[in-house]
Amino acid sequence: MTETNIILQAKGITKRFPGVLANDKVDFSLKKGEIHGLLGENGAGKTTLMNILYGLYNQDEGEMLVNGKTVQIDNPKDSISLGIGMVHQHFMLIPVFTVAENIMLGYESTKHGILDRKGVSAKVKELSHQFGLDVDPEALVGQLSVGIQQRVEIVKTLYREAEILILDEPTAVLTPQEADELFAIMRGLTERGVSIIFITHKLKEVLGIAERITVMRSGRVVGTVIPAEVDEAKLASLMVGREVILKVKKGKAKAKGEVLKVENLHVLDDRGLETVHNVSFKVREGEILGIAGVQGNGQTQLAEALTGLRKTESGRVTLAGKDITGKSPRPIIETGLAHIPEDRHRHGLVLGYSVADNMVLCTYYLPPFAKHLVLNQDAVDANAQTLIEEYDVRTPSPFVPTAKLSGGNQQKVIVARELSRDVKLLIASQPTRGLDVGSIEYIHKEIVQMRDRGLGVLLISAELDEIMALSDRIAVMYSGKIVTTIDAKDATREQLGLWMAGSQSN
Amino acid sequence: MVVAVGGQKDSPLLIITSMLATTIAVATPLTLGALSGIFCERAGVVNIGIEGMMLGAAFFGWLAAIYMNTIFDVAPLPSLLVGVLFAMLSGGLFALLHAVLSITYKVDQIIGGTVINILAVGITGFLNRQLFFEKGSIFGGQVPHAPGVLPRLQIPFLVDIPVLGRIFDQQPLTIAAILLVIISHYVIFYTPWGLRMRAVGEHPRAADTVGINVSFTRYANVIIGGMLAGLGGAYFTLESVPSFEPLMTNGRGFISLAAMIFGNWTPFGAWAASLVFGAAQALQINLQFYRELIPDQWAILQNSYVVGLAPYILTMLILTGIIGKTTPPAADGIPYEK
Ligand SMILES: Nc1ncnc2c1ncn2[C@@H]1O[C@H](COP(=O)(O)OP(=O)(O)OP(=O)(O)O)[C@@H](O)[C@H]1O
Ligand SMILES: [Mg+2]
Repeated sequence: MTETNIILQAKGITKRFPGVLANDKVDFSLKKGEIHGLLGENGAGKTTLMNILYGLYNQDEGEMLVNGKTVQIDNPKDSISLGIGMVHQHFMLIPVFTVAENIMLGYESTKHGILDRKGVSAKVKELSHQFGLDVDPEALVGQLSVGIQQRVEIVKTLYREAEILILDEPTAVLTPQEADELFAIMRGLTERGVSIIFITHKLKEVLGIAERITVMRSGRVVGTVIPAEVDEAKLASLMVGREVILKVKKGKAKAKGEVLKVENLHVLDDRGLETVHNVSFKVREGEILGIAGVQGNGQTQLAEALTGLRKTESGRVTLAGKDITGKSPRPIIETGLAHIPEDRHRHGLVLGYSVADNMVLCTYYLPPFAKHLVLNQDAVDANAQTLIEEYDVRTPSPFVPTAKLSGGNQQKVIVARELSRDVKLLIASQPTRGLDVGSIEYIHKEIVQMRDRGLGVLLISAELDEIMALSDRIAVMYSGKIVTTIDAKDATREQLGLWMAGSQSN
Repeated sequence: MVVAVGGQKDSPLLIITSMLATTIAVATPLTLGALSGIFCERAGVVNIGIEGMMLGAAFFGWLAAIYMNTIFDVAPLPSLLVGVLFAMLSGGLFALLHAVLSITYKVDQIIGGTVINILAVGITGFLNRQLFFEKGSIFGGQVPHAPGVLPRLQIPFLVDIPVLGRIFDQQPLTIAAILLVIISHYVIFYTPWGLRMRAVGEHPRAADTVGINVSFTRYANVIIGGMLAGLGGAYFTLESVPSFEPLMTNGRGFISLAAMIFGNWTPFGAWAASLVFGAAQALQINLQFYRELIPDQWAILQNSYVVGLAPYILTMLILTGIIGKTTPPAADGIPYEK
């Protein structure tokens, strides 16, 4: 390849945050029309590098070139005008705005000073047609599924005529079907000359779609490889710096008495529609029950109802022999529940609180963390130190606001808090979403260990691989109902996939 | 709030129109205050300093008008207009202070607003005493003759409608407030300026990622808000009565915040709420003329103080969320950190 093929180049980018060297002399280049995978552990500095290219952060050292020319990118305005578009790890959409309003924001077209909503809608329709990104410009963004919201984000960049597209963990929140659709869209875009940087933690995906893969570790680039020359295991060890066991090791479950019993549960969603429909199941001590299902089939509402975050319409939930139907979260937690919620920002963390405080969110009012009416800060700090080491949370200190951590490390804070308490049941919704392979290995091991200690585990995941690797029994949820429950050793990917798609055949 | 009517001297229609006219007039500072709040909060800055901004503006506007009139010998009407201008300017300056505190220094916005409220009471009280009641001051220790109030503008044709015409016989700030409601509605919901301001108030980071300058947007809208509050302040000393008294805004700034919330942060909603509050006040003002019309079982309403309490009670109910469930902008009151 000649130099002229390089559309975007970063040379020696260094970025420091208080206590962290997030990027350490990073070199990176993107060829015109390629899909370039970017891999790395949680906190490796991927998002930071992309934020620098996009102008959200300014680098401390280093330079950037677009089409061979050195450019100064101080803010997103600069990068947008250079043809760079970015879809962020956490979406940057305004829920109360329509799709068209979100897309035109900052780049409005007007007629006599008045927003030209019609014109923008027409252009959005045209773009979505052209690139196969079906979105309704008049819809309110807050009412769209994450998959569609992501399309809106992509259309937003295309509307600004982006030629370089940065996708930061786009598949983390997508169902497998949605991910496949996204890959088709990405290929379509590259055919039209768009170059894409694709960040993911899923090795299979990146091996399948990327032309080149750059791997980062602790702020540095450790190598750029071509998919044909590597496999998953090699990539994983390159990322983490050691061998990673991608397959979960677990013995046979020694299930005992039941710890969770759900009988005829009915739950409504926010719009008042019944999304959990007459669901009954049991989880026994010492076993992992996996609930497989495409997202949006009632799993979210089921988990919320079981953990006290949502009202139940009817039915009964018994935890460790106690009726917890309709109870609020605290009594449920005190009965012995650990919960890794699906949406870490909404239900898992207080982002403005320090890591240490987040780690005692369920127990701050109990000794040793509470001394009469005041917090025992020493105990809180000591607890944080232990958990940070044990769970390898990458944070400059226990006292930084959790918002400053990388996405994956935020997840680890929750996992550490929940798995370290003395509980009887763990409900884990998408517990490894956004985590790197090393951390997934660790958390999977931890979940299996909890099972072996005699805890019941309810694992809700849209990742079929995760469900199959961990579960002892698998229930498939479709359209608000549990359509089948089978022994994990009898399960095949294909059959589960069919059930998840709503096929009735047995 | 229609008064029951017996066979009295005024026709019921006349009573009602006259009440309506008063309602629209006394709602003016509330409407402008609510618009001020809308501009600030839609951009994500809580402004509880509207009361202080109004009080300050009432004083400085009045002071400017007196200066023009007595010291520079300018005719009353131009003096009053200069007064209005200064009222808006001083509102804008107070808002600039609020913006610096809450946007640049990220001071808690409630505290910033409180600072302004206290500051305004202090400055106006002090200057009022120093300038007008101290021997040897520029006005020689007495309050000079004020240039009066802004003249009524009979809206052509509409005022000629029999009976109802009375409603269209209003003073300039009252008319301006209504026009500003309409203009604000268009600016907020139909222009790029409004779209950006709402974006910044809902999700500043998202606005930042599409190249919008969050700080600038917030500064600009807070200052616009301050100028609107200033215009509301001008109502007190340049349109309603030709004098200044310490603390004369009397909680109207807070009531306008309630109107803003009640109106769900929309100009027309806030205006409607202001009219409701205004009606209670108008009732109180007019009650002395129509007291005998109130039937005996409502005797308690014959006491104008009881009626006068209505806006405040309503405000408390709204602010505590008992009446009406509304949703503020998502990032309202939260400083933006990159
Ligand atoms: N605004 C910030 N202030 C302080 N530290 C930050 C900030 N943003 C990121 N960091 C730190 O910089 C490091 C790199 O973070 P970054 O978000 O780039 O990681 P990442 O590779 O995207 O990880 P993940 O896969 O978990 O998203 C982390 O240690 C993080 O804590
Ligand atoms: Mg990241």
